[in-house]
Amino acid sequence: MDLSLFLQYLFAGITYGVIYAIVAIGFNIIYNTTGIINFAQGEFLMLGGMISISLLQFMPLPLAIAAAVLITMAVGALIEMVFIRWIDNPSVLRMVIITIGISILIREAALHIWGESVRTLPYFIGSSVTAVTLFGTKISPQVLIVIGTCAIIVLFLSAFFRFTSLGREMRACAANRRAATLCGINVKNMVTLSFILSAGIGALAGAVMSPITYSQYDNGTGLAIKGFTVAILGGLGNSLAAVAAGLLLGIIEAFSISILPLAFQDAVAIAILLFILFVRPHGLFGSREAARLKEF
Amino acid sequence: MNQARRYLPLAGVLAVVIGAQILASATGKAFYLTQLTMAAYYCLLIIGLCVLMGYAGQISIGHAGFFAIGGYLSSALTSHDFSAHAGTLFMRTLDRAGLLLHHQSLYGESLLSFQPWLAFAIAVAVAILIAFLLGIPVLKLKGHYLAMATLGFGIIIYRIVLAAEFFGEADGISEVPPFILLPGLSVSGDFAARVQNYYIAWGLLLAGMLLLLNLINSRTGRALRAIHGSEEAAEAIGVNTARAKLYTFVLSAAFAAVAGSFLAHFNGGIGPSEASVMKSVRYVAIVAVGGMANLWGAMAMGILLNFMSLRGMFGSYDDAVFGAILILIMLFAPQGILSLFPGKVFGTRTRAGK
Repeated sequence: MDLSLFLQYLFAGITYGVIYAIVAIGFNIIYNTTGIINFAQGEFLMLGGMISISLLQFMPLPLAIAAAVLITMAVGALIEMVFIRWIDNPSVLRMVIITIGISILIREAALHIWGESVRTLPYFIGSSVTAVTLFGTKISPQVLIVIGTCAIIVLFLSAFFRFTSLGREMRACAANRRAATLCGINVKNMVTLSFILSAGIGALAGAVMSPITYSQYDNGTGLAIKGFTVAILGGLGNSLAAVAAGLLLGIIEAFSISILPLAFQDAVAIAILLFILFVRPHGLFGSREAARLKEF
Repeated sequence: MNQARRYLPLAGVLAVVIGAQILASATGKAFYLTQLTMAAYYCLLIIGLCVLMGYAGQISIGHAGFFAIGGYLSSALTSHDFSAHAGTLFMRTLDRAGLLLHHQSLYGESLLSFQPWLAFAIAVAVAILIAFLLGIPVLKLKGHYLAMATLGFGIIIYRIVLAAEFFGEADGISEVPPFILLPGLSVSGDFAARVQNYYIAWGLLLAGMLLLLNLINSRTGRALRAIHGSEEAAEAIGVNTARAKLYTFVLSAAFAAVAGSFLAHFNGGIGPSEASVMKSVRYVAIVAVGGMANLWGAMAMGILLNFMSLRGMFGSYDDAVFGAILILIMLFAPQGILSLFPGKVFGTRTRAGK
């Protein structure tokens, strides 16, 4: 493998890796405030892509994406208020089944709205053949946009959780729900907010990746599985570790294409997921002691 | 529960099954029997999953994978031509034991494939082996992790059948020969054999039901319910929780593989949609509607919903219906739909939704 090809694979891996990381962070935000895994997380990316494609007919691209993100955030809020908010102290099994049901409903609704066809946003800059030269290899500017957007999302989120009082309140809920309630934090609103936030970042990632990966009504499930793999790999709840784990998985996957047929690409990620679950369920970077306290 | 009360419903169901057949045949609506036969095979998987989910408390979103292992291996081994390998010691030994089938293709070429009984045994054995190997590490996980791990297993099986030429890729396998159980008794989609097949499927389902009813009312069954209540407490009173969970997982996988194998012979083929995640979710939904720890409920809902779905009553909203059912049941009636009716007509109640 020469250097140029190596870099091609590397950039493909990084592109997918940051997308997986965003999905994983979406899982983490909700997991931290509620202790549940939202199996419908992948559908937020699908919605982000699909809605911006539809809105593009009526408005310029940046506006379409912004509107799509807002609509998906509203969907996230709606899901939380209709299905999650009023259940007292639900069991994990019950929440798993409910969120799986939600993901099916969103997918089926998308199937009836947009059909089975594969759609795509146009490239933001130039066309599919436009390329910039980086380290002697040709890269589509869209790849850089995806990587840049995801980097901004991660920076924005860490600033939000660290420096704003709203972010601090959400972290308080993650640390200890009861103590947060006693401090006067409205925990239920924080949960709604966490759904809105993870729907928003999911939709944004779904829109910017659309020109490269295409959008289809059913591509949420695959992304959710990959994102979950990454979330576990990094240690559930740890968003910075999720970025590292996302890049790792993306790059492994990209290089697996050079050995295995493309059809088995998903199987590689899932095999990694199963392997990690068996040997280190607390993640590569997580601590065993902390994991024991959580209810999986 | 005494013996008579346990077996009485079984006799009742048998009477309904016979009655339904006579009614359908007499009124010229025998085509209903085809869907009822298919529903019975799906139901065989569902009652196995019911014991795993409701009684042992372990979720699996990968049971379509075991169904596909059973169906696809049976189909591939009985319908592919293995004459290229005829010279190997393994095949010669099987041939000498009368386990291979020599037949001719439409163009007069001589073909060599496995006897359905042998293919069936291999398929179920492979499913059991995979369930065993997968179960050892997977069942240590709980909640989300178990759900994702079994979901991941299901997707791997789906990808493999979709990508492997041996399994027919997106087309699946067709022209699977009949499965001759006994001389004169065969599992096939032949119209003439419709009534016969109806009774084969229902006989198998009721036999499975009998086995599981005895299991849950035995020492093992009580151990499983103890695990569902609290794994730590069960461990403390001396239940080998790891072994009980593993055996239940393997048993439910075997039920799924048997169902897959029989249904593939009945339909004369199998396609990748049988291995899809949506199928696995559907089975979970049906167990949930039935009330989790309620075998009769799971069986009743399994027949009803599969029959409606196979008759095409849900139209293009088929998957959406099952998604909606899943949510509604888990939101409003985690004890199953039968719990909404007063009285104890429908068997034991448990804390399944907790």
